Amino acid sequence: MDLLRFITCGSVDDGKSTLIGRLLYDSESVSLDVLAALEKRQASNGTVDLALLTDGLRAEREQGITIDVAYKYFTTPRRKFIITDAPGHVQYTRNMVTGASNADLAIVLVDARQGVIEQTRRHTLIAALLGIRHFVLAVNKMDLVNYDEAVFARIATDYAELTNHFHLPAATAIPLSALQGDNVVKPSQHLPWYTGPSLLQHLESVPGAQETEAAPRFQVQYVIRPQTPELPDYRGYAGQILSGQYRRGQRVRVLPSGLESKIEAIEVNQQEVETAVAPQAVVIRLRDDVDVSRGDALVPAGPEEPTLTRELEATLCWMSEQPLWPGRKLLVQHHSALSKAAVSAILYKVNVQTFARVHTEQAQLNDIVRVRLKTALPLAVDHYTDNRTTGSFILVDELTGDTLAAGLVEAANSEYFTAPVAPPVAFSI
Amino acid sequence: MTDNNRTEIRTTMSTTFDYLDRLEAEAIHILREVAGQFERPALLFSGGKDSIVLTRLAEKAFRPGRFPFPLVHVDTGHNFPEVLQYRDQLAAQLGEKLVVRKVEDTIRRQRLREPGGKYPSRNPLQTYTLLEVIEEFEFDACIGGARRDEEKARAKERIFSVRDEFGQWDPKRQRPELWNIYNGRIQKGENVRVFPISNWTELDVWRYIQRENIPLPDIYFGHERTCVVLPSGQLLGLTEHLQLDDEDEIVTRQVRFRTVGDSTCTAAVESDARTVEDIIQDLLLAKVSERGATRLDDNISEAGMEDRKRNGYF
Ligand SMILES: Nc1nc2c(ncn2[C@@H]2O[C@H](COP(=O)(O)OP(=O)(O)OP(=O)(O)O)[C@@H](O)[C@H]2O)c(=O)[nH]1
Ligand SMILES: [Mg+2]
Repeated sequence: MDLLRFITCGSVDDGKSTLIGRLLYDSESVSLDVLAALEKRQASNGTVDLALLTDGLRAEREQGITIDVAYKYFTTPRRKFIITDAPGHVQYTRNMVTGASNADLAIVLVDARQGVIEQTRRHTLIAALLGIRHFVLAVNKMDLVNYDEAVFARIATDYAELTNHFHLPAATAIPLSALQGDNVVKPSQHLPWYTGPSLLQHLESVPGAQETEAAPRFQVQYVIRPQTPELPDYRGYAGQILSGQYRRGQRVRVLPSGLESKIEAIEVNQQEVETAVAPQAVVIRLRDDVDVSRGDALVPAGPEEPTLTRELEATLCWMSEQPLWPGRKLLVQHHSALSKAAVSAILYKVNVQTFARVHTEQAQLNDIVRVRLKTALPLAVDHYTDNRTTGSFILVDELTGDTLAAGLVEAANSEYFTAPVAPPVAFSI
Repeated sequence: MTDNNRTEIRTTMSTTFDYLDRLEAEAIHILREVAGQFERPALLFSGGKDSIVLTRLAEKAFRPGRFPFPLVHVDTGHNFPEVLQYRDQLAAQLGEKLVVRKVEDTIRRQRLREPGGKYPSRNPLQTYTLLEVIEEFEFDACIGGARRDEEKARAKERIFSVRDEFGQWDPKRQRPELWNIYNGRIQKGENVRVFPISNWTELDVWRYIQRENIPLPDIYFGHERTCVVLPSGQLLGLTEHLQLDDEDEIVTRQVRFRTVGDSTCTAAVESDARTVEDIIQDLLLAKVSERGATRLDDNISEAGMEDRKRNGYF
């Protein structure tokens, strides 16, 4: 059985948590004791608040909002799902980014009474930026607009204009009511004019993750050296195949050192295998005694190599209350590789309303900015659009250890660097 | 790569690489990140199925080398004897170091009050012993087998969960956790709890046990046991730690355990499942969650788990 990871996004109170509660409830994935606890908190009108299935923190229940992502699991005969329920509030955007970074599909919720609003645009932009290719536009609360087809059609058109205009992936629009359960799992008689699949039917049919399409990438996480009498010289490079396929006998280059060798053996659970594919966890042994340590990449030598660089251009989702200013020193964690780094320039900030590039001196919490980054050690990177794994990194505060930003590699070669957006010129008469 | 090659990979992917393989790969990746990022990690081993699965994953992550961490058991003293026996046997078989620290000793050292009442669970006291052992060995990361499907507060926790020096979790200040990049950098005194099987469900754990043919302590399978019937209808195995009175109804039933913890607060479920396959069938039909069926201490309050985590609980 395969796996689909999806996230719900959209503005506060659009019904994301209720929708997930409804999906779990109607697919009979909620156990009796959990339901009983829920019914104890029943509202005066006798309905249970399905959002409480995911809003698991005390503060969330008290305020009736989602603060941090919740992960839920359910299985249908067709597929296994990992659901990420994201908060809609702008203040918690970084938690939404956390959820979106691992999702294959995004359900963007819209309140049928309000249509596409700022937060719809922000979340759509972030989800698309993070490489999500499958989108569902869930027009929710159809019960509050009399299940009116015209309302649905207008919102679907508005959203399609948005995605067309900005070359974002097209969305499948589905009308529903999370509260009433219309068209979430089962088709609804209240929506006779709608002939497409229910939300769940659609989720069961979209393609899942496909890591094998990208070029072969592997990074060493840990070096296994038993140094026992039986295995005095064994050196195994333990790591996960991040993308593509590796095979025994393949010529590989070690990055950043540039040394070449051949794959002597690939081991999975101590068994030698001929080939291994992403996302398998393996141990690779090399033919030659070259120097390899944690964070080093093993890649096929040749045209498919990643770019080895100490200067790159990246999009950042800034996640710290402390602003980012040019010149700021920090750490970059590129999966298992770690280096000191500095943001040498903030080229521009993306206005999440208009998607326009605007000049900025600093990046504030939840801003999306394009920056130039210099690193102390060379990193072996790919464009984020080519490889979601080797094209991504995080920035870390050297002193506190806090995660400051999510980074997406946009250009690794200075020939392709963008010019900064200049500050607005003040005209005087 | 030729086109021919590509099609071949795709077909092998779709036929042999299912979600259980993905969950396994993710867990191994996480364990290796712990090994790569921390100086003195530990694997908390309770003898329960989740921690047993962790040891299997650790074998896959680190063999033919040794585990880069000891197994640490925080022993409540309220054990099922089968589990202790299993624990010692497994540690010997793996050839890995086992550290056992007893809640009893913590109670004596810190002059804590023994829990009273009819069902004197030492579960809440485990936290004290855990913090002691963390301090003793200066562990900077503790790996645990908690899963997000267990409870609604757990559903919110990161895979690398940073705790302060009192082990406290602050749900409002969780670090963003992006892609499969795990940030284990901490300041002195802080500590990271790591949950490699966060994304597994109870059923996934059983399917994995079945696929990997992992032996388990007998108490997981249907057996006859003398139990006390609780007011909730739940069955609690009879042990010398329970304070019973004449009102209590004692029965002998065919039961199994869905989790093993402190024996005074871990209920049994009626079942005659003899094999892992039977248990999987049981679970597919089960209408009650693992915690709901077996834990006495979570029913206390809506925020029971969250509060205990805030206070340093695993
Ligand atoms: N009438 C109606 N109300 C709905 C529907 N879906 C959700 N609601 C209500 O909208 C309110 C907000 O729902 P939530 O599910 O908490 O919203 P959310 O999008 O998760 O909010 P945040 O997580 O805080 O961003 C609740 O009172 C729900 O009962 C719907 O389909 N129809
Ligand atoms: Mg919500």
